[in-house]
Amino acid sequence: MPELMQFLLSGATVGAVYALVALGFTIIYNASDIVNFAQGEFVMLGGMITVFAHMAGLPLPLAALLAIVVTAAIGVALNKLAIEPARGAPVVSLIIITIGASIFIRGAAQLVFDKQLHRFPAFSGDDPIAVLGATILPQSLWVIAGALAVFIGLWLFFTKTLTGLAVLATSNNRLAAQLVGINTSWVMTLSFALSAGIGALAGVLVTPITLTRYDVGIALALKGFAAAMLGGMGSPHGALVGGILLGLLEALTAGYISSQYKDAAAFIVILAVLFAMPQGIFGAKRTERV
Amino acid sequence: MLTVEGLRSRYGRIEVLHGIDFTVNSGEIVSIVGANGAGKTTLLRCLSGVQPITHGDITFRGEVLTAVPAHRRIRLGLAQSPEGRQIFTKLSVEENLRLGAFLYSDERVDKDLADAFAMFPVLKEKRNLSAGGLSGGQQQMLAIARALMGRPSCLLLDEPSMGLAPILVAQIFDVVKGLKALDVTVLLVEQNAFGALSISDRGYVMETGRIVMTGTGGELIADPRIREAYLGV
Ligand SMILES: Nc1ncnc2c1ncn2[C@@H]1O[C@H](COP(=O)(O)OP(=O)(O)O)[C@@H](O)[C@H]1O
Ligand SMILES: [Mg+2]
Repeated sequence: MPELMQFLLSGATVGAVYALVALGFTIIYNASDIVNFAQGEFVMLGGMITVFAHMAGLPLPLAALLAIVVTAAIGVALNKLAIEPARGAPVVSLIIITIGASIFIRGAAQLVFDKQLHRFPAFSGDDPIAVLGATILPQSLWVIAGALAVFIGLWLFFTKTLTGLAVLATSNNRLAAQLVGINTSWVMTLSFALSAGIGALAGVLVTPITLTRYDVGIALALKGFAAAMLGGMGSPHGALVGGILLGLLEALTAGYISSQYKDAAAFIVILAVLFAMPQGIFGAKRTERV
Repeated sequence: MLTVEGLRSRYGRIEVLHGIDFTVNSGEIVSIVGANGAGKTTLLRCLSGVQPITHGDITFRGEVLTAVPAHRRIRLGLAQSPEGRQIFTKLSVEENLRLGAFLYSDERVDKDLADAFAMFPVLKEKRNLSAGGLSGGQQQMLAIARALMGRPSCLLLDEPSMGLAPILVAQIFDVVKGLKALDVTVLLVEQNAFGALSISDRGYVMETGRIVMTGTGGELIADPRIREAYLGV
């Protein structure tokens, strides 16, 4: 019983990380149908910029804030310099551009920062908290709370605000969005800033647990992408549930079978789910576009 | 209210509007009729700012629109219900309408929404359903209602009767005629020349990127050349 509890707690922590990455995919996807594979790099930048700003003497909260703002600006630059000039190209081409951008950002990070693993202190110390015979790190609670907060924020944004609705409208029909007075290029700028900022926040929250390095983004983007697909791309509910499920699956497989099989087991379950529900668990089942 | 002078526009290297001149006066219903491919849709796209122009001027209520981006033109009072309806298929009927009033956040939005539902009761019944599930006629009503939510003083309508059953066509033309009472000036583009001209104060005939004839609605309907080319009589 304590054993199971331990697996669940570590699964929930890892799952919250995946959920945060998956939530970052949501906004850009909802605005443009683009799956932004540079999302993992935003997470890396969030961690790395915080590390170096903290080393340079900034207090941790300020360093984290700086990291989020700078990463959001990098997201906007990615849109202005790489995505906007290619507007009108098929979505697949735009996705390939984001893959190129992720390689570029990784290379640049290696030059600007270094190739070492880094961390900064956990926000509330490193003393494990006992829960029903198992333990959890205080930082894990920060990660889980962060994922929940971002989820609620996004859900409110898309369902309760006119700006959120304008983001959905822009991807559904860009021409019509322009005709009702939506500045669609501003919507894209906003989407990249928000997605990048959420990615950076994820990096800030997880670095004390997972550590960070210039190349941690790829694995995170793949897991976050898998989580988003599992839950249903574009849906905040899907990102949260998909992320947590993926984390639990991995932790249980690692615990009861072997950690060698954790990735394989997770992907088999995802494939099975997608086979039965191609849109993912919370994916849009509404009418296809005309 | 709306003056267009010497307007030219192209797709790539192919020019499709070769110098268009026309005016729409406040309170009028003006039609532009012409065969498929004449350039009517391109013209309306230029007016709304979603298609670049290479020459000419568009003046709307005294303001030259050339440098005004698409999303600002609606704020000036120029709204469009585009060809093919272009509703937000994945959003609900009510969300479509609220997006029509995207620029406004005052109490008048709720009043306008109530007016839209009074004008098109079927939209009220389906307000929470996905707009992609509406029939063609209902989608057309939604497209017009959405444009009206933008509080236009001039409404551009691109082929509102396209693909509709005759009874619905008559209904849509009735709605257009009724816009006069709401103080909305209308520029109507149609292949259905007879239907359009019979509710219009004035009309223009467009052929391959040029205006070739103009007159009152009645004059054009009575003109033998028009009768032969567009009315099939
Ligand atoms: N997106 C486009 N790219 C290239 N040519 C176009 C495009 N849209 C329309 N055209 C061409 O421009 C001309 C005018 O088309 P259009 O404005 O749609 O006419 P209408 O609305 O009167 O049927 C046609 O010859 C058409 O083939
Ligand atoms: Mg047309």
